Amino acid sequence: MKTQTEHINRRSFLKRIWAWLGAIAVFEFAVMAFSMLSPGGRKRKRGASSFVTVGYANEIVPGSVIPYKSGQFYLVRYQDGGFIALSLICTHLGCSIGWNSSEDQFICPCHASSFDKFGNVLNPPATRALDTYKVFIEEGLVKVDTSRKIRRTGFQNSDLVYT
Amino acid sequence: MTNKQDLEINREKPSESNKRARNLVLHIHPVLVRKESIRFNLTFGLGGMLAVLFLLQVFTGVLLRFTYVASPDKAYDSILTIQNDIFFGQLIRNMHNWSGILFVLIAFLHLLRTFYTGAFYDKRRWNWIIGVSLMVLVIFQNFTGYLLPWDQLAYWAITVSTSILQYVPVVGERLMEFIRGGENVNASTLLIFYNFHTAILPLTIVILMVFHFWRVRKAGGVVVAEKSSPDMVPSDPDLVLKELVTALVLIAFILVLSMFFNAPLQDRADPAFSPNPAKAPWYFMGVQELLLHFHPFFSAILIPFLFVGGLIWLPFLHFKEKQQGVWFYTRKGEKLVLIAAVVALITIPAGILLSEFVIDVERMLPGIPLIISSGLIPFTAVFVLFALLLYVVRKKMAPGNNEMILFIMSFLMAAYFIFSLTGIFFRGTGMQLMWPWNI
Repeated sequence: MKTQTEHINRRSFLKRIWAWLGAIAVFEFAVMAFSMLSPGGRKRKRGASSFVTVGYANEIVPGSVIPYKSGQFYLVRYQDGGFIALSLICTHLGCSIGWNSSEDQFICPCHASSFDKFGNVLNPPATRALDTYKVFIEEGLVKVDTSRKIRRTGFQNSDLVYT
Repeated sequence: MTNKQDLEINREKPSESNKRARNLVLHIHPVLVRKESIRFNLTFGLGGMLAVLFLLQVFTGVLLRFTYVASPDKAYDSILTIQNDIFFGQLIRNMHNWSGILFVLIAFLHLLRTFYTGAFYDKRRWNWIIGVSLMVLVIFQNFTGYLLPWDQLAYWAITVSTSILQYVPVVGERLMEFIRGGENVNASTLLIFYNFHTAILPLTIVILMVFHFWRVRKAGGVVVAEKSSPDMVPSDPDLVLKELVTALVLIAFILVLSMFFNAPLQDRADPAFSPNPAKAPWYFMGVQELLLHFHPFFSAILIPFLFVGGLIWLPFLHFKEKQQGVWFYTRKGEKLVLIAAVVALITIPAGILLSEFVIDVERMLPGIPLIISSGLIPFTAVFVLFALLLYVVRKKMAPGNNEMILFIMSFLMAAYFIFSLTGIFFRGTGMQLMWPWNI
């Protein structure tokens, strides 16, 4: 009787090991598949910051809104001389916004959201202000770091960069 | 002539090739089928059409794969090569396009047919769920293919649709970036979509399809009314002939369509410039229309989730009576479907106009977060109105619970249909409401 139970135990023990090994194999395969699913994902995380050099700060007229479509942003200089780089991706559903100078606002062609010069929402359906990119001023040159978007709920004075 | 005689006539002259063909047919069909079950206007041959469309998609898709290159630099040019330099390339692409559209459309009609003939009770329960899963897969199959031409239409439709994911609570942003393989729609997105479109989804569909067919056999064939005649007919030739004719008519229709109407191809994708208006693929236009009226969490996440959840839940509801194999179940059911359609036809456009021009909850309650003012409040209002409608129907018509479900489903279907039509035909520049001829 006793030997019989031992016999069964050994068998179930081996079975359990097989099951565990199988589960581990499935898990490994899942992790592998998952990482294969994001091509270029790792490259993105390494985050070599890519700068777009816009030009000399003193050549940009206060009050201007300049599109840099290759860098996916608008560089805005306010009357007080402060710079901001606004992402041109609408926060609602990702269309690219256009600057409407007569109405002094950014308008999204997809669902008619609009944003003011600071990126704040003027008109929904967008629910949050435009993302920004970091602006640097080095030796009088305005540079924008386009490697990382900065999310925000609304405009704050600290978003502005001065010479 | 009785059916027995019918059978004997067919068995009298079994030539070698005939025998082989019959053997092949019998891999899928039983020797005999209920006469009622092959009545064309019971099923309209929709399931069979889907099988034909799938084969057609595989056939044309494989041909396109010989030339198509899944990279942003080359994708658009390879489409141009297919259209301009390859013999009948344009025709093959057109066929792939039109049968892709028909695939979604007919899959949806097939789902409606199954629902309206009550083919989801008991032993058909799991097949209903497999069917709903297949419906979802077919939509994704089409959706992943939508990006491949890498033109403005493709790029912005996929941008808009995948952006919806960012409104999923907590993990939304990460989910969106995972699906896209980056912040924006880019080379990785194209590769991911290409792989899903040409390998993962079709394989999954094949597996589920086989399962789907097998479950129909297990349930004793296509659903028929209990009172219908018990006559049986041989599936070869009675059923096979009908299938062949349906398949040939369908293929001819697609061929003619493809000869006269080209698949759309706009300018090369330009990530810096959205066309105005930028629209999602047509089957998501109902959702995009809802997006204009509700906070994205409600319109694009909660409502579709509830709807698909409802479809999956449907066969597990408790039904007192189970009417099967009869369109719209009962006389009262027919009436209820008609009422639902008419009520939707009046209330939904009225609701769209009200929300567009009159009611503006965000403006009325400025300090409140948008998820409440443009989400929770309008959603609750619509929900209460709908409950009121159901209450009135219940009082006036005294429907059984399956007839009530019939009414709810019909109303929602009609509503989605109207939302889609509005989005596709009545939204122009800046998604403003306008007449179709002004767009």
